[in-house]
Amino acid sequence: MRHLLGTDGLSPETALAILDTADGLKRTLLGREVKKLPTLRGRTVITCFYEDSTRTRVSFEIAGKWMSADVVNVSAGSSSVKKGESLRDTALTLAAAGADCVVVRHPASGAAHRLASWLSHTNTSVVNAGDGTHEHPTQALLDMATLRERLGGVEGRRIAIVGDVLHSRVARSNVHLLTSFGADVVLVAPPTLLPTRVGDWPVGAAGSLRVSHHLDAELPTADAVMMLRVQAERMHGGFFPSAREYSIAYGLSEARAAMLPDHAVVLHPGPMLRGMEIAPAVADSPRAAITEQVANGVHVRMAVLYHLLAGEEDAA
Amino acid sequence: MPPRPRGAPEPAERRELLSAGDVARTIARMAHQVIEKTSLGASGASPVVLLGIPTRGAPLAARLAQRVADFSDIQVPVGTLDVTLYRDDLRRKPTRPLGQTALPPGGIEDALVILVDDVLFSGRTIRAALDALRDVGRPRAVQLAVLVDRGHRELPIRADYVGKNVPTARTEEVHVLFTETDGRDAVLLNRAGERS
Repeated sequence: MRHLLGTDGLSPETALAILDTADGLKRTLLGREVKKLPTLRGRTVITCFYEDSTRTRVSFEIAGKWMSADVVNVSAGSSSVKKGESLRDTALTLAAAGADCVVVRHPASGAAHRLASWLSHTNTSVVNAGDGTHEHPTQALLDMATLRERLGGVEGRRIAIVGDVLHSRVARSNVHLLTSFGADVVLVAPPTLLPTRVGDWPVGAAGSLRVSHHLDAELPTADAVMMLRVQAERMHGGFFPSAREYSIAYGLSEARAAMLPDHAVVLHPGPMLRGMEIAPAVADSPRAAITEQVANGVHVRMAVLYHLLAGEEDAA
Repeated sequence: MPPRPRGAPEPAERRELLSAGDVARTIARMAHQVIEKTSLGASGASPVVLLGIPTRGAPLAARLAQRVADFSDIQVPVGTLDVTLYRDDLRRKPTRPLGQTALPPGGIEDALVILVDDVLFSGRTIRAALDALRDVGRPRAVQLAVLVDRGHRELPIRADYVGKNVPTARTEEVHVLFTETDGRDAVLLNRAGERS
């Protein structure tokens, strides 16, 4: 694997290999006092974030450090980006400075792909840590890891992805990954927060994708519910009448959570807006796997770095 | 081993070094050596732990423990130790999947750990194993048991228990097969480029 740009284009075999490696790393580090493996010693990982982030940036940094890579963090606010340097020049600078891997988050959809093409003549790998409303593959992989742990697998399982699907790269990455592992995914959102052409999304042949506007109708048969954050920063216009109205129609309240089957899992990619898309009591309930998602995120990102950087160069 | 007559089932470039019976006898002999050399069961002797290195060190360690139990009535704890993350040759090969590390419940603290692997070649796997071991505990001493020592060491490492010494050319390949992983017991020698 040279780059990780999206779950679309990631073969199920490679995805499975990454998930299995993440499992192995988790078991290896379990109960260890010193969480440090020598595997990526001497490799350099640069995280380059053009958007705010807590968990993703921290998660990549910890992942790199636990594998003994040197991790350097660049944020747009405190770099030459502020002086007007283009993404291309920044990328070439980071590669020339010796980055073996650039982890990039950018508000423009497709930014990671562009970056990868600009760096094609170098040996630098690119990981997409979120590009606009397009993809966020490591989030989908860590969600998948969490669902595998909680449900034993997603084949034939019904996963509801609820909320601001329109602006969600998490939803897009998850739909492709989950369906390619045989899950039946239903997107639940008001019509204004659904992309016009969901039918064109790449869907894995093993699973299925459909759309619903009624959360209450989907809950009793769902094996997992993935709540999405309402992305106010990407909303320019009236997508719903009021926050309160949205919450009443699409928020996961305690009463709604009670409609779920006993085994059903509640996920949220974070950051959560408590009281908006999810009630505090639900977010803190045992069926919520939100902190497990964060913990698995570190192992999944370690696995991604391992698959990108540990093997033979230019290996497929 | 008696010389193989011409026209035997194994082709000349894929010679059988040990048959299933040879493998069983070899493991039994190694078990006797382990009992003797570790003074197993004697008062004051350190507890012994066998750690197999995946893939084929794991079944070998389990069998060695079984034979030790048969001969001494002492059940030594068995575990596995994956060394993939500690290898120094990761970048020379396609990405390797991880094996499983499973330490016995008692751990390895102050124990006499015997690392178990199928083939001893360059010694790099064992170097990685020593690093991996350091991260999971502090044994009193570490020994090494291998079914086949094929020579060509690149590091100052030697085995304490050797099933069979096999002089080989660097380009040849030694394949250990176990019923658990390969459907039958055997040790094969392949010429370069041949796959078993």
